[in-house]
Amino acid sequence: MTEFLQQLLNGLSLGAIYALIALGYTMVYGVLRFINFAHSDVFMVGAFIGYFAGRHLPQGSVTSGLMALACAMAGCAVLGIAIERLVYRPLRAGPTLNVLITAIGMSLFLEYTGQLVFGATPRAFPPIFPTRVIALHGLIVSTNQVIVIVVAFVLMVALEFTVHRTKIGTAMRAVALNPKAAQLVGINIDVVISFTFGLGSALAAAGGVLYALNYPSIDPLMGVVPGLKAFVAAVLGGVGNIPGAALGALILGMVETFVDGSRWSTYKDAIAFATLIGILLFRPAGLLGRFTAEKV
Amino acid sequence: MPKPLIVLVVAVMAAFAVSHYADRIDPYYLDVMTGVGINVILAVSLNLVNGYTGQFSLGHAGFMSVGAYLSAAVTLLLGPRLLGDAGGTAVQQGLLFLAALLVGGLGAAVAGLGVGIPSLRLKGDYLALVTLGFGEIIRVVFQNIEALGGALGLNGIPNYTTVFWVYGFAALTVFTVVCLVHSTYGRGFIATHDDEVAAEAVGLNTTRYKIVAFVVGAFFAGVAGGLYGHFKLTITPTGFDLTKSIEIVVMVILGGMGNTPGVIMAAILLTILPEVLRSVEQYRMILYAFLLILLMLLRPNGLFNFNYAAFLSRLRRRPQPARR
Repeated sequence: MTEFLQQLLNGLSLGAIYALIALGYTMVYGVLRFINFAHSDVFMVGAFIGYFAGRHLPQGSVTSGLMALACAMAGCAVLGIAIERLVYRPLRAGPTLNVLITAIGMSLFLEYTGQLVFGATPRAFPPIFPTRVIALHGLIVSTNQVIVIVVAFVLMVALEFTVHRTKIGTAMRAVALNPKAAQLVGINIDVVISFTFGLGSALAAAGGVLYALNYPSIDPLMGVVPGLKAFVAAVLGGVGNIPGAALGALILGMVETFVDGSRWSTYKDAIAFATLIGILLFRPAGLLGRFTAEKV
Repeated sequence: MPKPLIVLVVAVMAAFAVSHYADRIDPYYLDVMTGVGINVILAVSLNLVNGYTGQFSLGHAGFMSVGAYLSAAVTLLLGPRLLGDAGGTAVQQGLLFLAALLVGGLGAAVAGLGVGIPSLRLKGDYLALVTLGFGEIIRVVFQNIEALGGALGLNGIPNYTTVFWVYGFAALTVFTVVCLVHSTYGRGFIATHDDEVAAEAVGLNTTRYKIVAFVVGAFFAGVAGGLYGHFKLTITPTGFDLTKSIEIVVMVILGGMGNTPGVIMAAILLTILPEVLRSVEQYRMILYAFLLILLMLLRPNGLFNFNYAAFLSRLRRRPQPARR
């Protein structure tokens, strides 16, 4: 039982990180209908900004930890907006596939520029938050895990509030529903899309810092695998659907942690994808996505 | 004899001739040429799925790995038994290699059938993700099969791949795809791509077309995998990951979806480009990524998407002598 609860906790913290990345994928998909492959590298840049900020801040205090987190989020929001403005916007009128390839190009560009600037060797991430391990009835809880879950929860609540209770959030939902109609009622699509990219990238940056705290080494290719998993999570929940992304991420995090603890651990990635395929076979639009019949 | 068949025979004969004089060509150029040929097979076969049929697949490297492993298993495990310790004559080796490639291709085709059938309910990005997932599952499975080297991969594969085999199969791939798409039956691929609902309404079985495209594409990917394995002499599961699939997809999109000459040119260009950029090693991949973005911004319909049909009809129309 204790082991089960332990795995549940580990799965929850892994799922929370996946959720933060998956939200960015799903929001961008919602407004632009394309998979932003560069998102996983924005996640990496976020971790690096957190690393550089963390080295200049006093270590082991909650304030400096939150400051490093804020720096990473602000930096990546700017990066995300810049990428959209410079690279994706000129292609918006063209076919989606071109934007997809450009996103792949952007992803490679960030990865290899990262290798050139930061070097390819992994670096140890500074312990910016206070680290302690609490034993609770045989359950081992590290403060990092608690921080991950709390920060992710707060950010998701903030996101939910932004999307449903603010003017720009309403505009975002309108654009996701029908871009042309949104424009007709006077919504500035460019501003909304920039905002979406900023928001998604900031969440990815938070995910990057939290990931780096729990797996304390970072390198320019660190985003590839979590990015792929988060993308799977977004599709699992129904891509374009915000609560779906969070749900998919939690399921994926749980499945992965439980498989990791079993004797099938070497098949971890395969089982994650098999879960996805299994779910998509029965719900072709994801768990919470709505399947729309094509009309002629 | 129909024209495409003549072209095929000529191409295979030319490949044989070049292969015959291979020892006079600089080994480096020979390596690049082999790489180009393998990528042409991969890109042209993927073009049948992604370009002509319009099903976005991200799992081509997975099919390639099935072919690579199966054919390597045939030459490594069966080879010594069939050919004896002396290694057999050149003809015997050639026949064994051909059999290995066909086994690899057929294995990949079966895998393609396995992926194709369950993915039919899915469209667009969901299909892309499922094919990606299958590719990753195939990779993890190979990583866990100890008989095939596990995570370390297979080593000591005999060096059978020559220019003849690579370009012979490249010509066969182009021949098959072009003839298939331009046949009466093959128009269905393009119809499926253009408008699935309309295609179904006129009685085409779009499901069958998708499966056929997947299976044929996977077969040639498997053959390319076999050629790749016997060219690099060592294969690891990580060599066939998502990055490899994306590399092939990029060739298809850059060449212009459903444009075989363009895709061939893109495959050649994208194989040679990293070699040319070798002098600036450090910045090589950055430049590659940068050029990719730039090409998409400047030539959104594919780098080599010239409108051949309009060009040809203009040529034909011009010198019409006035009747009467």
